[in-house]
Amino acid sequence: MAEVRAEMVANVWQVVVAEGDTVEEGDTLVILESMKMEIPVLAEEPGTVSKLAVKEGVVVQGGDLIAVVD
Amino acid sequence: MYESVLVANRGEIASRIIHTVRALGLKAIAVYSEADAELPFVAEADEAILIGPAPPALSYLDIARIMEAARRTNAGAVHPGYGFLAEDAGFARRVVDAGLGWIGPPPLAIARLGDKINARNLMKEAGVPVAPGVWEPVPDADTAAEEAERIGYPVMVKAAAAGGGIGMGAAYDEAALREAYETARAAAERTIAGRSGDGAEPGGGADIMLERFVEGARHVEVQILGLADGTVVALGERDCSVQRRHQKVVEETPSTGVTPALRERMLAAAVRAGETVGYRGAGTVEFLVDPAAREFFFLEMDTRLQAEHPITELVTGIDLVEQQLRIAAGEPPSFTEALPHGHAIELRVYAEDPRGFQPAPGTIEVWEEPVGEGIRIDAGYAEGNTVTPHYDPLLAKLCVHGETRAGALARARAAVDAFRIEGVRTNLPFLAELLHEPGFADGAYDTGIVGRMRAPS
Repeated sequence: MAEVRAEMVANVWQVVVAEGDTVEEGDTLVILESMKMEIPVLAEEPGTVSKLAVKEGVVVQGGDLIAVVD
Repeated sequence: MYESVLVANRGEIASRIIHTVRALGLKAIAVYSEADAELPFVAEADEAILIGPAPPALSYLDIARIMEAARRTNAGAVHPGYGFLAEDAGFARRVVDAGLGWIGPPPLAIARLGDKINARNLMKEAGVPVAPGVWEPVPDADTAAEEAERIGYPVMVKAAAAGGGIGMGAAYDEAALREAYETARAAAERTIAGRSGDGAEPGGGADIMLERFVEGARHVEVQILGLADGTVVALGERDCSVQRRHQKVVEETPSTGVTPALRERMLAAAVRAGETVGYRGAGTVEFLVDPAAREFFFLEMDTRLQAEHPITELVTGIDLVEQQLRIAAGEPPSFTEALPHGHAIELRVYAEDPRGFQPAPGTIEVWEEPVGEGIRIDAGYAEGNTVTPHYDPLLAKLCVHGETRAGALARARAAVDAFRIEGVRTNLPFLAELLHEPGFADGAYDTGIVGRMRAPS
């Protein structure tokens, strides 16, 4: 299991995957936006998205859980 | 002159405009979002109106809320600053239609120049040198591949209506071109979706354009003023070649890559560009300069005050915001002739990590500015303020002026070393590194300088 967490304060711009989706290492899970820059959050290992902890438009703090890939 | 001016912006540029408005004895009105209530510009204004929550679409891009604030405060004119609604012809029209002064060019000029493809066509007709490229939007990746063959690789792919380097990418072959095309298209569509419904883009929408990418080029722009009597004057150039992610970090004037003869041709072309569209107010004509060939090409025209305008003010002694207000009010400028003196450098202090330039929001615990002769700081934040993720990462512009480039450079190095910001990561260490980089210090740099400094060794 791999927990994917935000590295900085940011807005959730786009959620690219849904719970239950199969992802490969390097696939984009969500796109964060901070200070006018888009920051893709990538899957660090292949698996299934078992949990999506964010919705589009919310603000995440550094360290907040974004998704879990099993 | 107007009795009051509403500043439809935030941060350092709002503070900058409020300063001149008040110095002229006029009333300054600020508008701000919930995220910015503590920032200096809100306290510096004579009156400040909360217009909405932090997301720009609900505050600084919300035309209805800004117009309502102007009505409530009985504002005489609106200054849009740069970014946000500054180049939104629809907003300019709303301001004019409401009977208020618009501190910017006529809405029609904004609309005609806002679309980069349309601007290329206008400039070609006016006899301004334009890079090889397309003359109409590129509808799909196949057409892009055909056009790129005709133009010749490498080519630059851009969104016609987007600013700030959004979606831009250079391609050296067809595979890279197709990828760059899709990237630019997706970025352009996202940008449009993120804007307020009321503020229709000046034109172009998600249109994509191609033009020849000039390697080793410098990015040099000319400041123009379209005066109230219809004449257009040029106030010298600014070299903006130090960029990361196609966004400017350091600017200087005069440019070390432009000879006196080339400068004369560029200033004349910029004046012609302004005259072609009946330009009024402050504007900037951006050129790509090929120093080896001593050639230059029109890139785009920015129909607003530029972030980097202070270096032109430092060498000419002319307050550009004052000229904008005078022109909009139908008055003559405060100067008779622009005679540049000395050398000026602007360093943009961003809240970002100094290696990979990733954004770094946070709370400012210590803020100590350098002081001294020849130092000007346009700051948007102060000690205790929180830098939020909602807006661009510019904290302050550190500007220096010296008799010579060497003098300005020495002053810049000392000022960067003396600038203390703690609590948020900033690019000050990068700025110090750049000022000592031989490729910058000798003046022979191009737009690739930051990439070379950060290339894996």
